[in-house]
Amino acid sequence: MTASSIGTRVVSGATTPRRRSVPASKRRSNLLTVIVWITMIYFLVPLIWLFISTTKDNSDLFATFGLAFGKTFEFFGNIGNLFTFQDGVFVQWLANTVLYAITGAVGAAILATACGYALAKYRFRGRGLVFGLILGSIMVPLTALAIPTYLLFAAANITDSVWAIILPSFVSPFGVYLMRVYAAQSVDTSLLEAARIDGAGEFRIFSTIGLRLLAPGIVTVLLFQLVATWNNYFLPLIMLNTPSLFPVTVGLAQWQATASAGGGGQVLFSTVLTGSFVSILPLIIAFLFLQRYWQSGLATGSVKG
Amino acid sequence: MSVIEVRRRVRQLHGAETRAAWLLVIPFLVVFLAMFVAPLAYSAYLSLFSSQLVGGEIFTGLGNYARALQDPSFWGGLGRVALFLFIQVPIMLAAAIFFALAIDSRRVRGGRLVRLLVFIPYAVPSVVATLMWGYLYGTDFGLITQIFKAVGLTSPNLLSPGNVLGSTMNIVCWEFIGYNMIILYAALRSIPEELYEAAEIDGASQLRIAWSIKLPAIRQAILLTVIFSIIGSFQLFNEPNLLFNIAPNAIGTDFTPNLYAFNVAFKNQEINYAAAIAFLLGIVIMIVSFVVQRATNRTEDES
Repeated sequence: MTASSIGTRVVSGATTPRRRSVPASKRRSNLLTVIVWITMIYFLVPLIWLFISTTKDNSDLFATFGLAFGKTFEFFGNIGNLFTFQDGVFVQWLANTVLYAITGAVGAAILATACGYALAKYRFRGRGLVFGLILGSIMVPLTALAIPTYLLFAAANITDSVWAIILPSFVSPFGVYLMRVYAAQSVDTSLLEAARIDGAGEFRIFSTIGLRLLAPGIVTVLLFQLVATWNNYFLPLIMLNTPSLFPVTVGLAQWQATASAGGGGQVLFSTVLTGSFVSILPLIIAFLFLQRYWQSGLATGSVKG
Repeated sequence: MSVIEVRRRVRQLHGAETRAAWLLVIPFLVVFLAMFVAPLAYSAYLSLFSSQLVGGEIFTGLGNYARALQDPSFWGGLGRVALFLFIQVPIMLAAAIFFALAIDSRRVRGGRLVRLLVFIPYAVPSVVATLMWGYLYGTDFGLITQIFKAVGLTSPNLLSPGNVLGSTMNIVCWEFIGYNMIILYAALRSIPEELYEAAEIDGASQLRIAWSIKLPAIRQAILLTVIFSIIGSFQLFNEPNLLFNIAPNAIGTDFTPNLYAFNVAFKNQEINYAAAIAFLLGIVIMIVSFVVQRATNRTEDES
C-alpha cells in the first residue's frame, strides 16, 4: 500500500462507509457517542474560555464567571489595545513569526525534498552513510541542540539576529526521512527510466516528474516545519535580546511575566489573553483548510515508521 | 548499438545519476553539518573546559560531567521528568488510543468532527497553552477555582509545589493527545479490512477486535508515539518555564534538566557546565529510546 492511497483513505474514509457487511443501523453506538462527546468538553473549554476572556475588560476578568460574558463587550477595545500597546510591537511580533515560520518552512522543505528524493531514487556510494546519519539525528532532542547552537552562534557573533532563528530551522532530519519514504512510494522508478531513455536530464526529470508527484509530501513537510517554527519558544528565547526581533511566543511570555509580577502590570491581563487568542487563529485556520495534507503526512510517517 | 557502446552509455548514465544525486543531497548536508553537527561538536569541546575567576578557561576534561553526575539539581530534574514519563505518557497514549479506536470503529456520531476537535490543541503553541491553563489553574480568576466555589467546595491549589507536576502533565496531555491520536488513527486506517471482517461476521465484540486484532496491527505506530513521548518528556521546558512566572516557589530553577541547563547557562553564566548538562541529557534520552526500541523488538520476535 502506498502512502498516497493511505492518505486518500484517511480523507475519503470519513464519508464513504467501508464495512458494508454490518447493517448501518447497528453501527452507531449511543453510549460511545455520549462518552466521546462529553470528553470534548476537556479539549474545548480552555479555548472557549480564552475567547470569552478576550471580550472582557480587566475588572470583568476578575469579577465574572469565566465561561459567561462580562457586563461589557470589550473585544474590539482589547484588540485595539493589543495592536497599539508599546507602539504596536505585537504587530512586529506577528510579522516576525510569519517571517521565521515561512522562510524556515520553505527552506527546510526544499532541502528535505531534494535530499529525500535523491536518497530514495538514486543508488550512489555513501547513500547508506548519509541516510544513517539522518536517521540517527532524528533521535537527538531539539532542545538538547538549542544550547549548543546558541554557544556556536555566540562564538560566531550572530545571536540576536534574524538568522539565528531562521538558519537552525532549515534543518529537518525528520522531513528528509518523510520525503524519502514518500518518494520511494509515490515516484515510480520505471517512469524515471522512461524519461531517461527519452533523453531527459536528471534535473529536468526531478523538476518535472519528481516535484509533481511529491507535491503532497512537500506540503506536509512544509506544514510541519511551519508549526514547529511558529510554536518555537526555547530557541528564540535564548537567541534574542532585542524585543523588536521577538516572535509572538517570546513576546507574549514576556508580557505574561510582567503581568504576573504585578505592580500595575495587571492591566496587561486582557491584552495578554487577547494576544494569545489572535496568535493561535492563523494555525487553527491553516489546519482546518489543509486537513488532507497533515493527515496523509502523519500516515506516511507512522505506517513506515 | 554494440555491446561495448551500450556499456559505455550505461556507465555515462550512471555517472550522471551519481552527480545528480550528490547535487541534490549536498545542500541539505551542508546546512546539516553547519547547524547540527557543528554545534554539537563545538559544545562537546566547550564541555571539557571550565572557566575560572582567575586564569580564564582551563581544560578540565570530564570534570563537568563528573560534577553533573553528583549534582542533586540534575538528578532531581531527571527524577521529575522520569516520574512525568511514567505517569503522563501512559495516560496520554491511552487516551489517544481510545479516541483513535473509537473513531475508527465508526460507532461515534460526528466522528470526523471529534477527530478535528481533539487535534486542534496541537495547533496551539505550548506557550499559549501554558499561559491559558495557568490562568485556569490560578486563584485570581481561575475557572477551576470558580467552579469549585460555585458548588461550595474549596479548590485545591493546583500551583502548589505538590501539585504543579500534575498540573504540567495535564497541559501536555491537552496539547498532545490529538497529535498522537492522528498518528494512531492513520495506522488503524491502513489495516486491511479483511483482517477483522471475518471476526465481525462471527460476532466478535468491537472491544475484542480492538484488543486482539487492531492493537497488535499498529504496534509500530504505538512504538513511534512512545519514542516521541519519551523525547518530549525528557526535554520538557516550555511549560515549566512559563509556569515559573506564576508559581516561582513551586517550580524552582531546576524543575527539569532542560530548565536547569538553561538557568545554568544564562543566569549563572556557566556555559561550559551547561553544555555538559545538555550533552548528558541527550545521551540519557538516546539510551532510553534505544532500550525501549530493543525491548519492543525483542517481545515482537518472541511472539
